[in-house]
Amino acid sequence: MGKILVFAEHTNGKLKRSAQELVQAAAASGNTVVAVAFGSHAGDVTAALGHNGASEVHVVKDASLDAYNPESFTANIAAIIAKVQPSIILASASSTGKDLFPRVAARLGVGVASDCTTLAINGDNVTAVKPMYSGKCFATVNFENSSTKIVLMRANQLPVAAADTSKTANVVENAAVTVDLKTLVKEIVKGASEKLDLTEANIIVSGGRGLKEAANFKVLNDLADVLGATVGASRAVVDAGWVGHGMQVGQTGKTVAPTLYIAVGISGAIQHLAGMSGSKVIVAINNDPNAPIFQKATYGIVGDALEIVPKLTEEFKKALHH
Amino acid sequence: MKIFVCIKQVPDTETKIKISPDQTGIDTAGIKWVMNPYDEYAVEEANKLRDANPGSQVWVLSVGPKARVVESLRTALAMGADEAIVVNGEGLDNFATAKALAEVIKAEGGAKVIFSGKLAIDDNASSVSQMLAEFLNVPHTTVVSKFNFNGENVLVERDIEGGAKEVVQMMTPAVVAANKGLNMPRYASLPGIMKAKKKVIKEVEFASLNIPASDIKVKYTGFALPPEKPAVKMISGDASAQASELVKLLRDEAKVL
Ligand SMILES: Cc1cc2nc3c(=O)[nH]c(=O)nc-3n(C[C@@H](O)[C@H](O)[C@H](O)COP(=O)(O)OP(=O)(O)OC[C@H]3O[C@@H](n4cnc5c(N)ncnc54)[C@H](O)[C@@H]3O)c2cc1C
Ligand SMILES: Cc1cc2nc3c(=O)[nH]c(=O)nc-3n(C[C@H](O)[C@H](O)[C@H](O)COP(=O)(O)OP(=O)(O)OC[C@H]3O[C@@H](n4cnc5c(N)ncnc54)[C@H](O)[C@@H]3O)c2cc1C
Repeated sequence: MGKILVFAEHTNGKLKRSAQELVQAAAASGNTVVAVAFGSHAGDVTAALGHNGASEVHVVKDASLDAYNPESFTANIAAIIAKVQPSIILASASSTGKDLFPRVAARLGVGVASDCTTLAINGDNVTAVKPMYSGKCFATVNFENSSTKIVLMRANQLPVAAADTSKTANVVENAAVTVDLKTLVKEIVKGASEKLDLTEANIIVSGGRGLKEAANFKVLNDLADVLGATVGASRAVVDAGWVGHGMQVGQTGKTVAPTLYIAVGISGAIQHLAGMSGSKVIVAINNDPNAPIFQKATYGIVGDALEIVPKLTEEFKKALHH
Repeated sequence: MKIFVCIKQVPDTETKIKISPDQTGIDTAGIKWVMNPYDEYAVEEANKLRDANPGSQVWVLSVGPKARVVESLRTALAMGADEAIVVNGEGLDNFATAKALAEVIKAEGGAKVIFSGKLAIDDNASSVSQMLAEFLNVPHTTVVSKFNFNGENVLVERDIEGGAKEVVQMMTPAVVAANKGLNMPRYASLPGIMKAKKKVIKEVEFASLNIPASDIKVKYTGFALPPEKPAVKMISGDASAQASELVKLLRDEAKVL
């Protein structure tokens, strides 16, 4: 058995669910799990990483790693990889993971499989399944010529069991590796939303042209608030300027796979379906019984979105407060 | 200055995917191939940068089966790119593809800025741009929705989770991977299309780049269509009845609440 290195993302010292998923999956494989956390709050996640199954946690508690920088993160993770010599690396297909690990793979001369949805670890070996053509089909990724195999998993794909608080990890402090940076992250401009990103959200409420005008997104926001959901949109309404393009779901937007996707006033064009058909349960609300979205839906409601959504919000409020 | 744009040719977004009998890929018969949509933003930004810096040139570059990928290069030429190179190769992974792009760009004397797309909509790997940057030993930023060049450095905005943006400054040369929102790609003009038809596209054989077979790091197998969904359950009644029935089903049947 070898070692699996898990790059553990956290938000100011709060471990992300995706990191828990990865550490638990790695531990379940019987390999030794070594987690890595960066930034001045890295010390706050070592206990949780141990509870979830890491036996060792490497931290680089350096404020220069609080914000993502491709060059400094590559140098620091590469230094830890050189020490640990893992046979497998698991990380989240988040905006950091997806940006960082292809560069790391190129530096190490190994393969990387990005945006995977299932994972099969067998000793030192790993295969992963990833959606291709935005979810229109799936393929298995097999590694070759790679001493280390890097898999980037989408969030919410792996189960999370209760952590075992009796388990602890050995913490290894690493000094930050400094490099001559050609990249400078000057500022991070906060988004309008404090909610989970579409790619991480467990519930998504998405709106399309059937909402008639931008102001009517309010009914979706109200519904999303009750459900703790993130709001998405079709390209038609993004192009119309009703909402920002960060909210677009689809082949040229975000690919999402929440547990529940509620499509409101969205026709179900093939490019939209490509981005959300991996959702576990799909609800479609549309006034046209022949809208293609119903072919992909689990539950369908034919009716006027502006009439149904507020009623739905009320019903959810009642159901969730019992 | 020289500006490079990396272009991948992908199946049109309307394509209905069929799996090849040996499950090692898709059935490409009858597929309409187009330029990866994100690469259109890359071409447009390169053209704008060239236009703002007289004496510059835009080179478009694509790796793939020559016979078809030249079509996407001609589309880019019709959109205003100046020169095009095709690297004829097949069955390559993201690592070998990025290596090939890097070798060709080096052989052409390098570039000030290299544009690419944030992801190719077929493999969805979002990896070639970062690998290319590493092989060229230059910085990169992906998912870029705003680009500025001050003659020396580039200043870009990168879209991250939750609608937030990172404002990033990079020394050149640099790789910039375009997101939607970066610009509005121009349509190919008729004179552009005429010119592009006549343009000689430089051809490079992948085999001539001396990239070892061991630089192929991943292989895809077991292509399969997603499992069929059971038929939709339609919920009838007036709006109130529909709403309460749906919540009941989500809670008791689907168990997602
Ligand atoms: C017949 C066939 C077999 C294949 N077999 C495999 C396989 O076994 N394993 C495997 O991993 N892949 C395979 N591929 C796909 C592989 O060749 C991809 O081109 C490569 O993986 C890069 O695509 P990506 O989706 O990873 O790019 P991304 O990293 O998502 O693309 C980002 C950007 O990089 C640039 N870019 C990407 N690819 C190219 C390119 N080819 N030329 C120029 N610029 C480019 C573009 O600007 C693009 O917007 C196969 C392809 C074909 C046609
Ligand atoms: C290259 C390319 C890439 C694309 N990428 C994407 C992508 O990533 N994501 C994406 O979404 N699209 C994408 N598209 C666009 C896609 O083809 C569709 O145009 C788009 O998804 C339509 O958005 P819509 O469903 O909101 O609008 P419409 O198709 O106009 O549908 C509106 C729906 O609302 C219903 N409706 C009307 N009034 C009401 C009411 N009162 N109550 C309830 N329902 C009502 C109508 O019956 C209709 O079904 C892409 C297109 C191309 C060519």
